[in-house]
Amino acid sequence: MSNKALILVGGPSRGTRFRPLSLDLPKPLFEIAGHPLIWHPLTAVAKVPSIKEVYLIGYYEESIFAPYIREWSTEFPDLTIKYLREYTALGTAGGLYHFRDAIMKGNPSRLFVLNADVCCTFPLTEMLEIFEEKEAEAVLLGTRVGDDAARNFGCIVSDPKTSQVRHYVEKPESHISNMINCGVYLFSSSIFSLIRTAMENKAIRLASDPTLDPSDGDSSSVLRLEQDILGPLSDSRRFFLYETRGFWRQIKTAGSAVPANALYLQKAFQARSPEIAAPSASIVAPVFIHPTAQVDPTAKLGPNVSIGPRAIIGAGARVKESIVLEDAEIKHDACVLYSIIGWQSKVGAWARIEGTPMSVAEHSTTVIKNGVKVQSVSILSRDCKVGDEVRVWNCICLPDKELKRDVSNEIIM
Amino acid sequence: MKALILVGGFGTRLRPLTLTLPKPLVEFGNRPMILHQVEALASAGVTDIVLAVNYRPDVMISVLQKYEEQYNVKITFSIETEPLGTAGPLKLAEKILGKDDSPFFVLNSDVICDYPFQNLADFHKSHGQEGTIVVTKVEEPSKYGVVVHQPNHPSRIDRFVEKPVEFVGNRINAGIYILNPSVLSRIELRPTSIEQETFPAICADGQLHSFDLEGFWMDVGQPKDFLTGTCLYLSSLAKKNSKLLTPASESYVHGGNVLIDPSAKIGKNCRIGPNVTIGPNVVIGDGVRLQRSVLLQGSRIKDHAWVKSTIVGWNSTVGKWARLENVTVLGDDVTIADEVYVNGGSVLPHKTIKANVDVPSIIM
Repeated sequence: MSNKALILVGGPSRGTRFRPLSLDLPKPLFEIAGHPLIWHPLTAVAKVPSIKEVYLIGYYEESIFAPYIREWSTEFPDLTIKYLREYTALGTAGGLYHFRDAIMKGNPSRLFVLNADVCCTFPLTEMLEIFEEKEAEAVLLGTRVGDDAARNFGCIVSDPKTSQVRHYVEKPESHISNMINCGVYLFSSSIFSLIRTAMENKAIRLASDPTLDPSDGDSSSVLRLEQDILGPLSDSRRFFLYETRGFWRQIKTAGSAVPANALYLQKAFQARSPEIAAPSASIVAPVFIHPTAQVDPTAKLGPNVSIGPRAIIGAGARVKESIVLEDAEIKHDACVLYSIIGWQSKVGAWARIEGTPMSVAEHSTTVIKNGVKVQSVSILSRDCKVGDEVRVWNCICLPDKELKRDVSNEIIM
Repeated sequence: MKALILVGGFGTRLRPLTLTLPKPLVEFGNRPMILHQVEALASAGVTDIVLAVNYRPDVMISVLQKYEEQYNVKITFSIETEPLGTAGPLKLAEKILGKDDSPFFVLNSDVICDYPFQNLADFHKSHGQEGTIVVTKVEEPSKYGVVVHQPNHPSRIDRFVEKPVEFVGNRINAGIYILNPSVLSRIELRPTSIEQETFPAICADGQLHSFDLEGFWMDVGQPKDFLTGTCLYLSSLAKKNSKLLTPASESYVHGGNVLIDPSAKIGKNCRIGPNVTIGPNVVIGDGVRLQRSVLLQGSRIKDHAWVKSTIVGWNSTVGKWARLENVTVLGDDVTIADEVYVNGGSVLPHKTIKANVDVPSIIM
């Protein structure tokens, strides 16, 4: 039996919360733990022998993904990787439905659907096992979060004995459940008939609602998986939950790249990945250093640090819980904590770029400082420059800016 | 000649440093504050020094006994049983200050400057009247008590105006005086103020003159001013090409005005200055950046730390990649953990700081 995987990558009008880092690069290609975001679900998919084909579905231009797909086709020789471009944003379910013929080619019996902006261990094999054991129509990956965090996600109520999903609601106003939707699904091919039914229902609803103007773009072909499909699916009795035993994070804001980087690095370290730098007096594991990066032996890195291609880390510099991107430079004795240093950015000698540590269980990436909500990490985007001895604290710096004086709790336009 | 140094109380404004040592013994420019004054007085020919205090810590007695021998002076403690203000202590010490007809010096222990005792005595003698007060020029006289001279007289004081709204002059009382013993008869033994009671009375008799101070002047009674005073003192040493300062030819000296005790150890690739004093047995690691700071005896700054506008107390440790600034004061034996940021923290002795101090605060 063959299965396929679909990775939903979104488009340029999405991912605005990932700014300023998505101003220069589509979010799915942003490097976390040394690899583009979508490489991580892709490796998980490549480990499932029954999956031979993966489609990336989104509305970015083809040329953006083409070089990456070529590279991944070499890295994952048993996988056929294709990009399917949507020309109008049809919603996650609408997009799947639009490409139903391409997806159903070869009659795959099951379809994995993965959101690209999710950071987790992707326990796909375990989801397949549940699927077969329960003769399911759909399996949904779930994780438990705190009460306050839960209402920002899709909430699931399931039978504790059978794992059957009894109720599903997206971002409820009141407390429904601590079990939330991780954005990773396994469907039988019957998903398309479910989407069609949902479309017909929506068309009837739209036609009978006098307050809706049919020309305002909310057509019946625009359907979102979470809002329009999972709710009805929970009435089917063949919809099951698999609770992940691993970590899970959403990658929405640019700040969430820092905890995601930490989690993927820890995963790679535990798996004894050769990509992780050997721990030493100056390397607190896990740390990823690109082979072309230059790190002075007196610098101290880690834990949870990724150093990108051709980046330069000077003598006596300190980098902790941070991402340093391609061609960035950190001069001697500088200190970078809980931050992202953008492409080609330069951090001066004895400068200090600092964010606020967040607890591991925290799903929010903002903190309140002086009554103002700010990102918990500091971010320098492309080609930013921080002067010698300057301190940057909980700031986001847009591209091509130079910081000569101490700044805190600001967005620097 | 004789002198009285007004020390007063516990120096609470200079806490947390004065929780460990009495204020006169806190090192300013690597030497106890009182030593600057004792030395200047001795070199102007003073043989009797009275310390007006309202407490007497044993540690001060033993230190001052050493100075008595070293500078060949007699140092007496005059202890107030109740606070007597700024004039009362003079009356209390009348036996010593009035033992002969020669004038005596009075100085506030918090004042740091190039003490002009010899020139002051000469000037006082030349006008022959009861008192002379040292005045210094300030940019914003409206914050102080301003001295106003008699018309057509360069030095005779007409009156004092406290915090003038309109400009009446830019010379203020610098807290250093020379007075004839006859002034003692103007003071009663009760809490009384020399500025508000004694001087206006001498003034009214036309017997009070001013003497312009050359160079820097600072009341270093609180940490912010202690740091500013250190900058002024080091600049003054630089102007005099003092051999005390570390030469700019040292690779780590940046911007000059750096005073380092010979027993201190400096690591590689440091950038130190301007305006830094480093006390005895201090250890500075590699890649350390120091500016506008005072590092007291036995303190330790680990590799790659960045320290600005900070007083590091005796035996304190600053961790690797730590960053201290904005008038941070560490008391005795404080530890700042690696990578911690302290913004204007006032840290009491024997504390360990492991988390950032983001806004100025006192850490008990």
